[in-house]
Amino acid sequence: MVKLDRVARQVIADDGTVADYDRLLLATGSLPFMLPVPGKELEGVIAYRDIADTEAMIAAAENHKHAVVIGAGLLGLEAANGLALRGMDVTVVHLLDWIMERQLDRAGAEMLQASLESKGLKFLLGKQTEMLIASDSGRVGCVRFKDGSEVAADLVVMAAGIRPNSTLAHAAGLYCGTRAGGGVVVSDTMQTYDPRIYAVGECAAHRGTVYGLVAPLFEQAKVCATHLAEFGIGRYQGSVTSTKLKVTGVDVFSAGNFGTGDGLEDIILHDKNGGVYKRLVIEKNKLIGAVLYGDTADGSWYFQLLKDQTDVSAIRDSLMFGDAFTNNQIGDVGHAGNNKAAAMADTAEVCGCNGVCKGTIVKAIREQGLFTLDDVKKQTKASSSCGSCTGLVEQLLASTLGGAFTPTNRSIKPICACTDHTHGEVREQIRANKLLAINAVMQTMDWKTPNGCATCRPALNYYLISTWPHEAQDDPQSRYINERAHANIQKDGTYSVVPRMWGGLTTPDELRAIANVAEKFSIPTVKVTGGQRIDLLGAKKADLPAIWSDLGAAGMVSGHAYGKSLRTVKTCVGNEHCRFGTQAAMSMGVKLERMLFGMWSPHKVKLAVSGCPRNCAEAGIKDVGVIGVDSGYELYVAGNGGIKTEVAEFLCKVKNDDEVMEYSAAYLQLYREEGWYLERTVHFTQRVGMDYVKRRIVDDEVGRRELRERLLYAVQGAIDPWAERAQGVASYEFTPLVANAVATAVSTTNMNGASDERMAETLPH
Amino acid sequence: MSAWLKLCPIEEIPALGSRVMPRANRPSIAIFRSSDDVIFAVEDVCPHKGGPLSQGIMHGNKVTCPLHAWNIDLTSGEACAPDAGCAKTFATRLSEGVVWLQVDA
Repeated sequence: MVKLDRVARQVIADDGTVADYDRLLLATGSLPFMLPVPGKELEGVIAYRDIADTEAMIAAAENHKHAVVIGAGLLGLEAANGLALRGMDVTVVHLLDWIMERQLDRAGAEMLQASLESKGLKFLLGKQTEMLIASDSGRVGCVRFKDGSEVAADLVVMAAGIRPNSTLAHAAGLYCGTRAGGGVVVSDTMQTYDPRIYAVGECAAHRGTVYGLVAPLFEQAKVCATHLAEFGIGRYQGSVTSTKLKVTGVDVFSAGNFGTGDGLEDIILHDKNGGVYKRLVIEKNKLIGAVLYGDTADGSWYFQLLKDQTDVSAIRDSLMFGDAFTNNQIGDVGHAGNNKAAAMADTAEVCGCNGVCKGTIVKAIREQGLFTLDDVKKQTKASSSCGSCTGLVEQLLASTLGGAFTPTNRSIKPICACTDHTHGEVREQIRANKLLAINAVMQTMDWKTPNGCATCRPALNYYLISTWPHEAQDDPQSRYINERAHANIQKDGTYSVVPRMWGGLTTPDELRAIANVAEKFSIPTVKVTGGQRIDLLGAKKADLPAIWSDLGAAGMVSGHAYGKSLRTVKTCVGNEHCRFGTQAAMSMGVKLERMLFGMWSPHKVKLAVSGCPRNCAEAGIKDVGVIGVDSGYELYVAGNGGIKTEVAEFLCKVKNDDEVMEYSAAYLQLYREEGWYLERTVHFTQRVGMDYVKRRIVDDEVGRRELRERLLYAVQGAIDPWAERAQGVASYEFTPLVANAVATAVSTTNMNGASDERMAETLPH
Repeated sequence: MSAWLKLCPIEEIPALGSRVMPRANRPSIAIFRSSDDVIFAVEDVCPHKGGPLSQGIMHGNKVTCPLHAWNIDLTSGEACAPDAGCAKTFATRLSEGVVWLQVDA
């Protein structure tokens, strides 16, 4: 490419080829910066840029002794380390007073330098190169500095940065900045001053910055691609970058801003003999920079906090001690905090649901060029089921890709690929515009697919019915099969049936009815569940309405064991029987369960009531846990016994049964109104903060009552879905189709006695 | 050799939903109806682990298997990338509001 004619809108190649363009993308990259000193043309003076440079370095290492690397940035140090490993005597020359000054502060740089020196590298800092002097052979022989000193050099590697390759753009009169080495200046849509011409990557200067790493380029390319596709969403607003030094045995990580100044606070851990230095820079309760030396295991976690602009005030005490320490106490990380992905063996299983081991994931990342969590989910299935290994997979991405990994900003992540909107935005629109049907949401919010997908439709359906109960349209086709069939699908396509046992109580009559159903419908497995009720497993779908009819005749209703809804209220025997009991746990449990019957929620909801602090009902791992004490009840919320066991947090103490009902209802309604679909109470509560929950539920009496009223309104008149279906509602769901007429036996003759001529004509012959 | 079976009026299949036609000694056939009333028929067996596709959520011309969320393109029966596998498809016709299905004799 030799010329760019913006008037004729043509590009001209050196062989005379001419190509027209409507829009043009410049991705000309950068050139290594060669110091403009005498002698730079000598043999043995190279940049560190391409394979030829690398080959020249390998060849020099075989025949020569002294190497000088000019520039102690990332690239220079990696080159120096490589040359030293090949046996050369390497001196690193740097203009500034400490190495890697763009990534490290002085203390971190000095530790890194000491470590590299122990590996045999030599450093000359604060040295300005004056000229390169030839030896007798004509090859470069030594480097002379401005201060008159010299150092022997049979090989000089210039790693003093890059310069945007904007020659073509410049010649075409496109504005190139003076800052940042003259990159083509682009806007947030990656357009140059000629709006028909775009530029991305190392040739482009965006807001005065030329990025030399791959991650920002991906972000730029994404914005540019949507713009080129005339799908003008997204702006590139600059990147926060992180870097890792790829020198064996030396761990360095840095991200963000680590200067000093007004309003910036430092948290520093400095163990000089132990070889660990960590500095976290905080501004207005947000992490804005991190420098890690010696122990970089938490680099990806800090980078995530930094990118998400997470408020770290609540975890400030433990922030320095890392993800594992902090999130073993608070936080939703699944296994993430408990393992260090980089230290795992290749054969170690990362995703326990789908049996994917570390080696498989790392191989997929490398060979298939994966960059995001979603890529890994799609290609390997890891983290695509329960999600508890998400943190681990992100760590693997971070450790495999280094700086090229861009962690997902969870608070701005769209619901799914069908939309650019987040859960929060969709909820808000449904409320603000009183949207009552899925189609209305999709139209109002510019859904990209005609009818969504299996991820967004169930979420939309929940948001509609929870925001506008009794008004919004509940779409069964947008519910997962279990909620559509009111039973749990099993691996063989049969279903399981769990009748409700209020508070875990049952009667001889109910048990007889269950036994009769099990025999009558040849139920292969009858199991007692963890929620104090009985599961009939292996029922045929077509039998379900008849099964429900029989159970209903004995007074039983759906246990909603299949729904994102109220599951169970587990109880101990309470003071009704127990000699230690202080409160009537069973009757309290029954009252709660009856109050909440028919409640849909973002995810399943389980409660428990214990009659005394011995807590036999295990209320400490429930969404709402109630523990009776002599003077009343203690209420706990946001516990979870699942993927990662989470102990419920103390909400408040209340005096009597009525208050238990009021506070529990208010908390669950808050969760129903503000939780995101498939977010358990623990994750919701961590997201909004326990302080917020206490403000809304404990401190604000009026608000609490209103929340309760809204919950009671939503579940008002809840009917038993089993009884309805036993009477024929949605019978199509349970009735197999029977081909009621064989049209014709052979395709070459007309079907069904020519009763349908038009049909016959369209048939294939 | 194949035969056309008359199944049911289209209203008996919910839009973005399905019905199941059992067959003796052979896998059932799942009949789907898209939001714009196109009828698809596939064997009710996910190429992954045999899940009943009829029980999945339908979107566009695809269905998401209820067991492990593979997406199957109902026009071809092929699993969507990166998953690989194929469910057998059958020809269908809609005539005067009635759904017809072509099966092997």
